[in-house]
Amino acid sequence: MNRRRSPEPLLWMLFSSGGMVAALMVPILLFLFGIVFPLGLLSTPSHAHLYAVLHNPLTRLVLFGLCALALFHWAHRFRYTLYDGLQLKRYAVPIVVLCYGGAVVGCVIAAGLLLTV
Amino acid sequence: MAATEITLEVARYRPGVDSEPVLQSYQVPLREHWAILDGLTYVKDHLDGTLSFRWSCRMGICGSCGMTVNGEPQLSCATFLTDYAPGPIRVEPLHNFPVVRDLVVDIDDFMTKLPKVKPWVIREVQSPIEEGEYLQTPEEMDECQQFSMCINCMLCYSACPVYSLEPDFLGPAAIALAQRYNLDSRDEGADERRDVLSSPEGIWACTFVGECSAVCPKGVDPAGAIQRYKLTAATQSIKELLMPRSLIPRSKG
Amino acid sequence: MSVYQRPVHLFWWLERRAYVLFVLRELSSVFVAWFVVFLLLLVNAISDGAASYQRFLDWSGQWWMVAINVLAMLFVLLHVVTWFGLAPRAMAIKVRGSRVPAKQIVAAHYLAWLVLSAAVAWLVVR
Ligand code: SF4
Ligand code: FES
Repeated sequence: MNRRRSPEPLLWMLFSSGGMVAALMVPILLFLFGIVFPLGLLSTPSHAHLYAVLHNPLTRLVLFGLCALALFHWAHRFRYTLYDGLQLKRYAVPIVVLCYGGAVVGCVIAAGLLLTV
Repeated sequence: MAATEITLEVARYRPGVDSEPVLQSYQVPLREHWAILDGLTYVKDHLDGTLSFRWSCRMGICGSCGMTVNGEPQLSCATFLTDYAPGPIRVEPLHNFPVVRDLVVDIDDFMTKLPKVKPWVIREVQSPIEEGEYLQTPEEMDECQQFSMCINCMLCYSACPVYSLEPDFLGPAAIALAQRYNLDSRDEGADERRDVLSSPEGIWACTFVGECSAVCPKGVDPAGAIQRYKLTAATQSIKELLMPRSLIPRSKG
Repeated sequence: MSVYQRPVHLFWWLERRAYVLFVLRELSSVFVAWFVVFLLLLVNAISDGAASYQRFLDWSGQWWMVAINVLAMLFVLLHVVTWFGLAPRAMAIKVRGSRVPAKQIVAAHYLAWLVLSAAVAWLVVR
């Protein structure tokens, strides 16, 4: 096993940066858009305002970083959950394709959506 | 009146006779200061001389008396009967290891893994004996002291689900011990240990369940040692991706 | 020599409370991924114009969507608590030669969390 070829360190780095970013940013966004606004606890921001915020390249860069890293966080954790939690390690190849492939596809979609705002 | 006896339900396994362990109950005196191990010794001396179990120091130092007590990995010499009163107390061999007989498990796997991480001080050039010891400041010793407390009792392996699913996994104590030397200011062997540690059977198999650290009787925190090494190894590989290896200064642990 | 090997249960993680918590912690990642999907749908709706944004609001206001997001919120909070709690064990930070105590590292994480959350909230509801 040649460790210099192993992708694990890089995948772990993405996983942990993703975990950190997700822990820092997901709760507030999910709380506002998933719970507070739908339940009418605060008045919903206007379209014009959110459009302006989203139009700022910095917002889009941050959101892209958040999406990409959070997806790789999911991919890595979910892969090991399937390996250990459900003892599916013998299907390692399809699992790896599903997890990291899913994350890559998600990144492409996120980039497409955020670039065309 | 307080009970004077307590029931031990001990897992018995006789190779070639039993296909799996069966519980056998024994009444032992419930004395203050009696550990589970004292209860077992009482069984062996007075009730059933065929019961097999390992022990040596009876003071939490040798690491040979690990057993599963009511489902938890414990040193049986450091776990007291009175804490489980009124009982019964279920005593089984350590999980995740093949059972040889009764409470005795086969520890060969751990014994072959341990030397793989080279748990000793490695020097590029040995300095001559006349020059004396390699000196270390208290602060430098602090860096690795915690990881040097390990008594190889293997309770951490017994609590580790990754080890039970993935017998090739190097495991908590072996990795913590590697870190004990990686972080030692006198050691220069971090690079030599890296191939084994940073392999898929090494740190990357660990998912930080954290139970190894929860059951460790010596406060070693192997889970923490593994995560710290992940950060070190990942940072190092990413640096190597970005620049040629010769330019990278060697790092401690 | 015949030895006894204890079989591994398919649902081994039900054996100990700590294992259950571990599996729940790992499953929080599914809800992190769900959040990304939700966020991208929101972004898409906003960039498509006011009508489409309104449709998103109506959709996300349905009771079952709120239920999903409340569940997701619980899992994400589990992620936050466990992530910040384990952080000091993965990093040994030194300031002027001495180890920063674990409590301070955890506190710093929560502080950063509060500041960032406040900034995001301000940006959104301003
Ligand atoms: S790390 Fe702790 S639990 Fe594991 S072998 Fe060493 S002393 Fe025992
Ligand atoms: S007999 Fe030595 S640690 Fe228990």
